[in-house]
Amino acid sequence: MSQKLSVTVTVNGTEYTKEVEPRMLLSDFLRHELGLTGTHVGCEHGVCGACTIMFDGESARSCLTFAVQADGHEITTVEGLAPDKDNLHPLQQAFWEAHGLQCGYCTPGILMSMIPFLKQNPNPTEDEIRHALSGNLCRCTGYQHIVDAVKLAAEKMK
Amino acid sequence: MKPAPFEYHAPSSIEEVLDLKHQYGDDAKFLAGGQSLVPAMNFRIVQPSVLIDLNRVSELSFIKEDKNVIRVGSMARERHLEFDKAIQKHTPLLHEAVPFIAHPQIRNRGTIGGSIVNADPAAELPVLMLALNARLKAKNKNAERWIDAKDFFAGMFTTALEPDEVLVEIELPFAKKNTGWSFMEVAPRSGDYAMMGVATLITLDKNKKCKSAKLVYLNAGDGPVEAVEAEKLLEGEVLNDTLIESAALHTSEKEINPFGNIHASIDFQRHLANSLTKKTLKQALQRAEENF
Ligand SMILES: Cc1cc2nc3c(=O)[nH]c(=O)nc-3n(C[C@H](O)[C@H](O)[C@H](O)COP(=O)(O)OP(=O)(O)OC[C@H]3O[C@@H](n4cnc5c(N)ncnc54)[C@H](O)[C@@H]3O)c2cc1C
Ligand code: FES
Ligand code: FES
Repeated sequence: MSQKLSVTVTVNGTEYTKEVEPRMLLSDFLRHELGLTGTHVGCEHGVCGACTIMFDGESARSCLTFAVQADGHEITTVEGLAPDKDNLHPLQQAFWEAHGLQCGYCTPGILMSMIPFLKQNPNPTEDEIRHALSGNLCRCTGYQHIVDAVKLAAEKMK
Repeated sequence: MKPAPFEYHAPSSIEEVLDLKHQYGDDAKFLAGGQSLVPAMNFRIVQPSVLIDLNRVSELSFIKEDKNVIRVGSMARERHLEFDKAIQKHTPLLHEAVPFIAHPQIRNRGTIGGSIVNADPAAELPVLMLALNARLKAKNKNAERWIDAKDFFAGMFTTALEPDEVLVEIELPFAKKNTGWSFMEVAPRSGDYAMMGVATLITLDKNKKCKSAKLVYLNAGDGPVEAVEAEKLLEGEVLNDTLIESAALHTSEKEINPFGNIHASIDFQRHLANSLTKKTLKQALQRAEENF
């Protein structure tokens, strides 16, 4: 029963090959096999958004994808955002400046949802931002500062 | 919360898919977007011993215009339906409704076929298939057949598909001439499953009387619910507010059968159905007149 399959996947530009059981979720693969613990795990049924990553450039839940399905694909996680050790991505910088996080548990998922959103909609209204955030739960902030941070990021990324 | 072990296959053609299904039978489940199946597997509500992943079958992933119909492969993502120009032009009702399905992160993976076969009474796509008179093509190792949407949905999470069949294609007729459309729903938060929703179509005849009407509801019974009697009340008539109100009253009190849930009591669901029926009928009528 414990079939193992080889997976070759590019994560944040680096190619990895591992042998995994088919039932391993992509979220667990990133965290436990690759040590990329920036991707958080909340509900494991698609609702909270903490595990959101980019799969071939589009946001997706890593808890609802098996690692074997990522074979040959490109994944981007929150670790892939900053250009180097000393600088943050403008979206991260905006979250810092506008106090867009408290405990930070939801933050990686929110960032990975907002990257494709801002790419598609570089000048969002507050309504559009709130709508785009509806797939990510935050238990701390009350969202207002997250909305402010996304607005600021849109300015910075112009 | 981790899924039970299973054996995984990722075929690249429909032929291989059907061979594998034939070989493993009931033990095997198809994996499409995984947005309904994987949560159920994580909870171990579902424990298939074999998964046949459809994501590498590129021949199942298309949206194309044909003569008077749009053909959609069962693996077309919900997100692709949302932005497709042919769908926007020829089935505006579908174009209007798709953004109500979950969140972009879910629609990027979730597929039209997966949602239809899942047959969740609260889902948008089954309602739309019924409202649009879609035809669904199923295939097994030896044969293929077309099933009308009205014969496809067979109750709570149940369809007319046989265990050895895979859904391969959805055929959507172009909107008829002089037709107006409207889709509305009410959900606790944007992207959540709705407490109530309705897909509405009105086609006018040359005298601007209602030639045909469609009213199909989500979360109003054990599958998509068509209000056949309310449609009959409207057909053949010049639509006015009084008629719209009596149709809304009839459907919300007599024709739908909502179960109530943690977010909405049965009475509240009926109230929403009444109000959404009126609003969508008015909008559909207005659009039909604009397009006359
Ligand atoms: C947080 C969240 C919110 C959601 N909100 C909504 C919502 O508001 N409205 C809504 O409609 N949906 C919602 N969904 C569900 C989503 O739309 C799913 O994507 C969809 O219902 C199932 O599609 P899938 O491609 O992911 O199918 P899967 O989960 O892969 O499969 C579903 C079922 O269909 C079977 N199947 C799949 N494809 C085929 C095929 N071609 N032939 C035969 N059998 C097949 C599978 O074996 C499985 O039993 C939500 C999901 C999540 C996680
Ligand atoms: S952990 Fe994936 S959405 Fe909650
Ligand atoms: S900052 Fe704590 S959950 Fe969002």
